[in-house]
Amino acid sequence: MMTQPDALIEKFLQKDPASFEKIYELYSESLFGVINSVVHNQEVAEELLQDTFVKIWNNSDKYNPSKGRFFTWMLNIARNGAIDKTRSKDFKNQKKNHTAEYFVDILEAKGSFNTSVDAIGIKKYVDVLEPLCKKIIHFLFFQGYTQKETAEELDIPLGTVKTRNRICIKKLRDIVGVV
Amino acid sequence: MKNSQTYIDSGVLELFVYGTLPEEEMVEIAREVSQDKLLLQEVEEIENHLMHLAKAAAPGEPEGVSNLRKYINNEDIKVIPLSRKRTPIITFIGWAAALVLLAGVGYLYTENSKLEDRIVDTERELLLQEGKTQVAETDLNQTRGLLNVIRKQDLIAVPLGAQAIAPEAYASVYWDKKSGKAYIDVKGLPEPPKGKVYQVWSLTLEPLTPTSMGVLDQYDASGNQIFELSNPNESEAFGITLEPKGGSASPTLEQLYTLGVVATS
Repeated sequence: MMTQPDALIEKFLQKDPASFEKIYELYSESLFGVINSVVHNQEVAEELLQDTFVKIWNNSDKYNPSKGRFFTWMLNIARNGAIDKTRSKDFKNQKKNHTAEYFVDILEAKGSFNTSVDAIGIKKYVDVLEPLCKKIIHFLFFQGYTQKETAEELDIPLGTVKTRNRICIKKLRDIVGVV
Repeated sequence: MKNSQTYIDSGVLELFVYGTLPEEEMVEIAREVSQDKLLLQEVEEIENHLMHLAKAAAPGEPEGVSNLRKYINNEDIKVIPLSRKRTPIITFIGWAAALVLLAGVGYLYTENSKLEDRIVDTERELLLQEGKTQVAETDLNQTRGLLNVIRKQDLIAVPLGAQAIAPEAYASVYWDKKSGKAYIDVKGLPEPPKGKVYQVWSLTLEPLTPTSMGVLDQYDASGNQIFELSNPNESEAFGITLEPKGGSASPTLEQLYTLGVVATS
């Protein structure tokens, strides 16, 4: 199991270029996925991924471990950048009729996965995932909605969002196993 | 301090990794996780799985780091010390003017980004408010619909009074005999315990014969707690009992919550 590379992050925060490359190697693909599931466009996602890492590098002094995980901090930067992009005029204008709406639509449409992904596990997970789980993970993780916004969007009681989401993620962990 | 398992079971750690908790909660969980190996392990497992899931949503392998390398290294270019040669005053003035200009541009740039941020915030707020308005409108329409039903002329209203088991409970049945529909208002009933449901019975009194009208197991999203059931029976009274999930064939009388007799006109 991968644990958070604290020593590497420490060096990165001190603006060590070599550690930046390792951080990119470790996290870029995940952030690429998050961005892609917001913008649904490979070219735009690639551009945004670059922007994200430039921001991460430039703002490394703003990361504060007492407010959350390093991954979460990067996730927020990636997600916000992507959501801002979807609101921009040029994006709205060039938006084609893409059909993918949720992240699972991307997974379902994909013929193959990158070598670093356990394709069988993920496919199995998507197959058994309840529609409500797909939406909950979509809004909370990929779109960064709050519990309240998610409850309103899905018309479910606020109190059930957290536990419902845990059940959905638990299923992912059970099916995919150790990663 | 809560114990580790409570945090784990609550589902808050997942939201912590998502980064979607309010700031004070993020700080609280970060503190707990830093002091507790079990929580840290759970958080890392969640994080690994989310990273994995997100990877699967990537359209392909991301481009290599090389494009970024020049950017990162550019920043690192060391300032070359100026030679000790005498520099004419005009050069200083030139540099000073350039610096002032640069500072001005920088200031305008940050002001501009602040404004842009505010626009994004405002748009987000607007979207949220639009959503809320929609929810309120749907609510209002549903409530109006119910009100229209209750206003029907030939509706028989039957108040159901409390029984020994729950002296505070009450409910009402609005029965439209013509169309064979009954509307059950159960706002006054306590929330049923887990695994139990309320079941509504139509009763004829002599001899006492209960007929099930249905169980109230659908979540009423509008919050009005008024359920529509069909009632083609010649009811003389209505009762509501608490039954195991799925309902029972005949009422459990010890669990009779409310009862009311149809007034004979």
